[in-house]
This record gives sequence, C-alpha cells and structure tokens, in this order.
Amino acid sequence: MTTQEQAAEPIVRVENVHKTYKRGSEVVDVLQGLSLDVADGEFLALMGPSGSGKTTLLNLIGGLDRLSEGRIEVAGERIDRASDRQLTKWRSRHIGFVFQFYNLLPVLTAERNVELPLLLTKLSRAQRRKHVATALEVVGLSERSKHYPRQLSGGQEQRVGIARAIVSDPTLLLCDEPTGDLDRKSGDEILDLLEALNQEQGKTIIMVTHDPLAAERATRTLHVDKGVLTETPTH
Amino acid sequence: MKYLPLILRNLGRKKLRTAFTVLSIFVSFLLFGLLVALRTGFGQGVEVAGLDRLLTVHKVSLIQFLPVKYANFIETVDGVEAVTHWTWFGGYYQEPRNQLTMFATDVDGFLEVFDDYVISEEHKENWRNNRQGLGVGYSVAQRFGWEVGDRVPINTNLWLGDDGKSGWEFDVAAIIGDGEQADGGQLYLHYDYLKEGAGSMGAAMSPGSDELAVIGMIYMKVDDPERASTIIDTIDTQFANSSAETKTSTEKAWAQGFANQVGDLASIVTAIVSVVFFTLLLVAGNTMAQSVRERTSELGVLKTLGFSDGLVMFLVLGEAFFLALLGGLPGLLFANAVTSRLKLGVGFIPDIYIPSRDLMIGVVLVLALGLVTGALPAWRALRLRIIQALSQ
Repeated sequence: MTTQEQAAEPIVRVENVHKTYKRGSEVVDVLQGLSLDVADGEFLALMGPSGSGKTTLLNLIGGLDRLSEGRIEVAGERIDRASDRQLTKWRSRHIGFVFQFYNLLPVLTAERNVELPLLLTKLSRAQRRKHVATALEVVGLSERSKHYPRQLSGGQEQRVGIARAIVSDPTLLLCDEPTGDLDRKSGDEILDLLEALNQEQGKTIIMVTHDPLAAERATRTLHVDKGVLTETPTH
Repeated sequence: MKYLPLILRNLGRKKLRTAFTVLSIFVSFLLFGLLVALRTGFGQGVEVAGLDRLLTVHKVSLIQFLPVKYANFIETVDGVEAVTHWTWFGGYYQEPRNQLTMFATDVDGFLEVFDDYVISEEHKENWRNNRQGLGVGYSVAQRFGWEVGDRVPINTNLWLGDDGKSGWEFDVAAIIGDGEQADGGQLYLHYDYLKEGAGSMGAAMSPGSDELAVIGMIYMKVDDPERASTIIDTIDTQFANSSAETKTSTEKAWAQGFANQVGDLASIVTAIVSVVFFTLLLVAGNTMAQSVRERTSELGVLKTLGFSDGLVMFLVLGEAFFLALLGGLPGLLFANAVTSRLKLGVGFIPDIYIPSRDLMIGVVLVLALGLVTGALPAWRALRLRIIQALSQ
C-alpha cells in the first residue's frame, strides 16, 4: 500500500467536540464544536496561539483528557466512551507521545527509558532488549544507549523520547511542541526524523507546534483559534 | 520483577536522603531488638519458674535468715513433696565485674525440688559426692568456658574465712541445663561446705546444733499446684507472730515480683518503642511523600505511556516497602547478632536474646512501616490526573 492510498483512510475522527473547563466560577470553552479527520499515514501539524486549544485537542485524541461533548474515534474505537482502565490499555497499544521537554526519567539510562512502554507487554527481557535496540537505531542513538538523560544533549534526549514513543509500534504518534525546547539545528534533526518516520514507515503523526518552519514539514497544517479549526494550504 | 529496577532506581534518586532515612529505620529496629531482648532477659526468671514450686522467705526482707527448722516443718505439711533451701553466697569470678548469682543449698533436696532442670545422672552423682562440688548453670559455664572437673576460684565479700581471706575454691561438678531451655544462670554450692568454710561465720549459722541453723529461703515442691494456696496459708499461719515470720508464694509470682522491682519492663519497652516508631513514621513518611511530590510529572509520564493507576500505586508502595526493608531487616538482624553473643549469666538476667516470635513481630512491624509510610503517597499517585501531573 502506498502512502497516498493509506492517506485515504481516516484513522482519527473528531466530531463536534466541546471541551470546557471551570476556572473558579467561570466556565472556559476551550474547544467549541471542533471536527477533524486525520487520514492513516498523514503528518498533521496543528498551529495556533497559546491557549487556542491545540494541546487540549491533542490530549483528547491521545485519551489523556475527557471531552465535554462530541465523539472521538481512533483506529475504529470510540475512546470517548471508554472507561479510565480501558483508556489506559488502549493508550499503551495505540499512542506514542513525544513531549516538548522530553520527559525522560532521569534515574534511567536511555535504553531503560525506551524500554518503559514494553514493560507493559508480555515480551521477554530479550525481546524487549531487541525492540529497544531497534528503536534506538532508528533515531541514531545506539551508541548512547547506556547514557543517562543528564549525559545527553537536548536533541539527543528528544531522540530518546521519540524512540520511547515508537518502540511499541503505536498506531498514532502525538507530538506536543517536539522542537520547542531545541535550537534550530537540533530541531531540524528531530523534524527530519519525524518526517522519515512518516514517509518511510508510514507513521501517522499529529504535531502541535508554534513554529511555521516545523509545520512546513507536515503534509497538512491546521490552525486552531479560540477552539475552532481553520485549514490553511500546505506547501 | 521487571519493575524492580525502576523501584530501586527511584530509591537511589536522592542518595543522601535515602541513606539517612534507611539509617534512622536501622537504628529504630536495632533499638526495638535490644529492648525486646532486655525485656526477655528480665522475664526469664519467671520463665524458668515451675508451677508446682513454692517459696518461703522472711516476711521482713529477703536478706533476713530463717531457722532451718522451718524447712523441717514444711516437709511435714500435707501436699509438700520435697523441700530444699538456698542461702545467698554472692561471689565473683576473677574480677568484681564478673558477679555471680550463687547460692548454698542442700544438693539432695535441690535435685528433688528442681527435678525439671536438665542435669545428667553422672553430673548429679558428681555433685552429691563432692562437698566442694558446684552446680553451674549452662549459660554461666558457657560464658567462662568451664567444664565438669575444672577447679574454679571464686571470691566473695560476704563469707570470709577466719583469716579474712575471701577466696574459695570449687570443683565444677554438674552443668544445669543444656542450652535449649533457660537455666536461670545461677550457681549452687553445698550448704555444708559453706558452713565449714566460713569459719566463725559459718559456726554462727549453726550455734550448737543443726536445729538452730539458719538459711536464706526455702523452696518446696507440691504435689498439686491447685493446693498451693492452702499450703501457703498453712506455712505462714504456722510462723505468724514468731521472731521470723514468713511470706510464702508461688515461685512464678515471686520471680515476677522480683523482675518488677526493676520496673514494669514490658510497659517501658512498649512506651519507648511506640515513641520511636511514631517518630520513624514521620521521618520515613515525609521522605516518601517528598520523593513522590518531586516527581509528580514523571508519574504522569508513566500513566501517559499506559501504566495503570494501580501499577503506579504499586510502584510507589514498593518503594516504601523497600525503604523499610533496607533499614529494618539489617537493624533486626544486627540486634539479634549482638544479643545472641551476650551471655550475661547474672541473676534474673541470665541471657538476653530476641525470641523468634519477637523477631517475627519485628518483621511484621517493618512491613507495616512500609505500608503506612507508603499508603498516602501511593494513594496520591493512584488519584493523580495525567493532565495535572504533566503541567507540573
């Protein structure tokens, strides 16, 4: 199947989603009836000003947060109806997260950090080691597998973060400002890596970013503003 | 097991803090072990006391003598099977700090009244036939490395010869006990040898005839423990309004009363241990709470990756258990090692050791400490919402 053909199948379907927060007595509408389809194999960039609701949307798609109204379907499953327990299991199978500040566990080496999602599987220790080695090889950090996060540069830490996100071969990769804490050169390397994962391995990626240059790497860019979507043409 | 490295790594996050907490737990359980051992030591006099033995002492004070004829009367009381008597000798071996709990007794009566003590027939014969023979508690023999046949010099400041010399010589004739049961940690010499060896002091004990001789206290064995109160009444009534009134009680009650003179050790130990553990709960609990609070976002990451609420709670609880085990178990084992090497052999504290039942209680306390100190942080980890955790 080609990337084009994969892109025809929506893997994420967001329909009329509302998300409201209570801030004291005030009710804040973060998302206001937002709808979105993401095709399988797509690399989608979500842009928008701070507080526009793009990270909230990412969290809802990733099953980290609960919506107030609407429906979300990912890989054919209604995650808005799932219990917390079901959602936890679902997340471990389908979602890989990449955070802005890497969020590696400082007490674990790179390979132990990458191994974390695999601890939830029934893989043997040897199998886990093999998967970890493959993931670290994909991100080009095989040589640094025994290093602790404090011994790595920001770019390298983010690569470990990406290796952790892909090690269990998830359906969807969700990246929240993956280059937000990096210099331009390191950021470009991370974007190269995400682009390669999308184009060469067919990974579906949704990336939240403030950076127009980062968004240019995506196959489609959407703008979130005051809780609603506005589509802009891609490069 | 696959989560063990994660638990251990988290414990090593702040090494100094963990080390101090582990040390405080270690010291607390060491203290627990030592106090329990001390309480056990003081309780051993009670432990060796037979249910079918009674003891008669002077009503005024333990150091007042009783006429030996009292023993003769007691022998005739209905229900009394055998009688013996003890007279305080005191004494020390080599140096005054090696104090001994030593009594003079009539050996035949002793072997009848204390027929539950483990003594081989050969040793009994040795002891009966040697007026300088000494019956030695197993723990004392172990302490000084004595064996049957050894000649041992013992000094006393109480029973001096006419020449003023305090030195006495004895032959170790019998070992009392085999190390399996508490042996009282005492030594017994022949009463007749005391009278002979103490010169004019000994003669003063038996002016004229044995009928007027004096002794320290009288032990008797009764045929039925349920008849003890009747026998006690008979004896004390018989000597009421005499120049040496008596106080008779069961051996167990007397030993308990003696131990209680030091204080209610069980209550003291409980009070100290309670205070120590309460403080320990605050120290270890604070360490755990602080440790979890510091890595709220990391717990959020684990939950993001698919670690369930229950699993994250288990990891936090596991840390608390390991922290308690790392300090508590070595503390208990060290206390056990120290006390098992101590052979005091002094009076009512013959040996101090931690009974296996109390060791088990210690282990349960270690686990309870882990549970209690980990409960609140684990509960917080369980309830932690991912979005709030990641935003910290």
